[in-house]
Amino acid sequence: MKTLWNNYRYLILRRLVQISVMVLYFGANAWGWTILMGNLSSSNFLGLIPLSDPYAALQMLAAGALMATDLIIGALIITVAYGLIGGRMFCSWVCPVNPITDAANFLRRKLGFNQIQKRQPATRNMRYWAIALSLIISFALGVTAFEFISPISMVHRGIIFGLGFGWAAILVIFLFDLFVLKNGWCGHICPLGGFYALTGKFSLLRVDHNEENCTACMKCKEVCPEVQVLYMIAKNSEQVLDGECTNCARCIEVCDDDALEFSIRKLKSGS
Amino acid sequence: MTDRRKFLLNMARSVGLAGLAGLTWSAYVDEVTASTLILRPPGALKEEDFLATCIKCGMCVEACPYDTLLLAKPGDHKPMGTPYFVPREVPCYMCPDIPCVPVCPTGALDEKSVSDDKSGELDINKADMGLAVIDDESCIAFWGIQCDACYRACPIFGDAITIEYTKNERTGKHAFMKPIVHSDHCTGCGLCERACVTEKPAIFVLPRENALGRAGDYYIKGWDKNDEKRLENATSKTTTTEISKDSATDSLNSSMEDLY
Repeated sequence: MKTLWNNYRYLILRRLVQISVMVLYFGANAWGWTILMGNLSSSNFLGLIPLSDPYAALQMLAAGALMATDLIIGALIITVAYGLIGGRMFCSWVCPVNPITDAANFLRRKLGFNQIQKRQPATRNMRYWAIALSLIISFALGVTAFEFISPISMVHRGIIFGLGFGWAAILVIFLFDLFVLKNGWCGHICPLGGFYALTGKFSLLRVDHNEENCTACMKCKEVCPEVQVLYMIAKNSEQVLDGECTNCARCIEVCDDDALEFSIRKLKSGS
Repeated sequence: MTDRRKFLLNMARSVGLAGLAGLTWSAYVDEVTASTLILRPPGALKEEDFLATCIKCGMCVEACPYDTLLLAKPGDHKPMGTPYFVPREVPCYMCPDIPCVPVCPTGALDEKSVSDDKSGELDINKADMGLAVIDDESCIAFWGIQCDACYRACPIFGDAITIEYTKNERTGKHAFMKPIVHSDHCTGCGLCERACVTEKPAIFVLPRENALGRAGDYYIKGWDKNDEKRLENATSKTTTTEISKDSATDSLNSSMEDLY
């Protein structure tokens, strides 16, 4: 029991956070709760604090919409908050697509797909291309381009307001990640993840690797959804500073040798 | 392969992929946002501005006490995540405090457009969600059967829908009591559409853009002082043809030779 908790503590916490956020949103629509109203695109906390998806706000800016004060404040709050704790903490702790792609990834590991498909045929920089494309299309067509196709919105809106054909999006992402590309959606394509990777570049909460304890078992690299950020494993004692790290903490909990731990960013490099 | 060729090939691949993705993406977005037959909540901006400004958070939907507003799901064939309503199912009951509008975080639902100009207080009668249109072929009141369901249901009673009495020549002794919609008062709430007794409603709400024509600036009601103001926008363009290149008198004096 203790090892179970030890090996899955962050995973359990993450699922709890993901579920709680969705339950709060669902309650607001179904039973009129006022704790967290709206959805992940934009919401209102306790009827006081506006929260908005900064990437959606950026597309609105590109589309030429007039920016309301609440929207700007909300987007700033979210940017700063995630910027401090690790931009992509949204991805692994809040986003409802995360459990779907995690499930696909889990199956890949269990079925041994990763041993067969060792090389990934696509670049993880696609997400930055997707950001650029979304802004160009938003500008050209005067609408928020990604918001009309976002499977993330389909899932969270589906949970809160009713799914419709959104199940198809869930299935497509699951199958894509399972059979086509490891970490395909979250780790390669999703422009929202890319956006948070950029804004979280200087975040304070970072995973720290202690090479002296490391036995090079590579369990961390096996579970990591953004494996390129762990280049220092068994080589150097340093912090994982790449913005693409989602702070999901799977590496920390699978490590049996205390070689990985959360830490506060060291402000001077080399110390 | 040399590094240079590899680099160029990689670049070309990326550009090709981005082009494919970008064109598919924009074609899709362009198609889904092209639909114009959607009824939006009160205070909604013009459709094209609305689509750029709505962040699809659904707070208006949550605020609506009658569950009138729906959020477009995949499969609803409407721009995904945007709020709309279907009056035949649940019309807008025109709450005086308009709970759906002030909660909008982006101003896609514009509070000013549903507020009194002077006092600044919310005024739902200023809402413009659409305009009721009557199909007088299927409206049984136009047949001569007495029905005033829409007139009675209208929340702007006596203004948005009035009843016009005309003689029924067929019987010679009855009156037609025909409902007439007045576009300057109708808010498009759809209570009439909901109340209509025919199998498929003979009165229904369309977005104003779709329901109204436009006379343009060339036809003016000369008896209406306000309408004459539109003359200020009118422009004139003189074209010259073979026939009109000379003045009319010259043409007549030339015994119309050039006309034949």
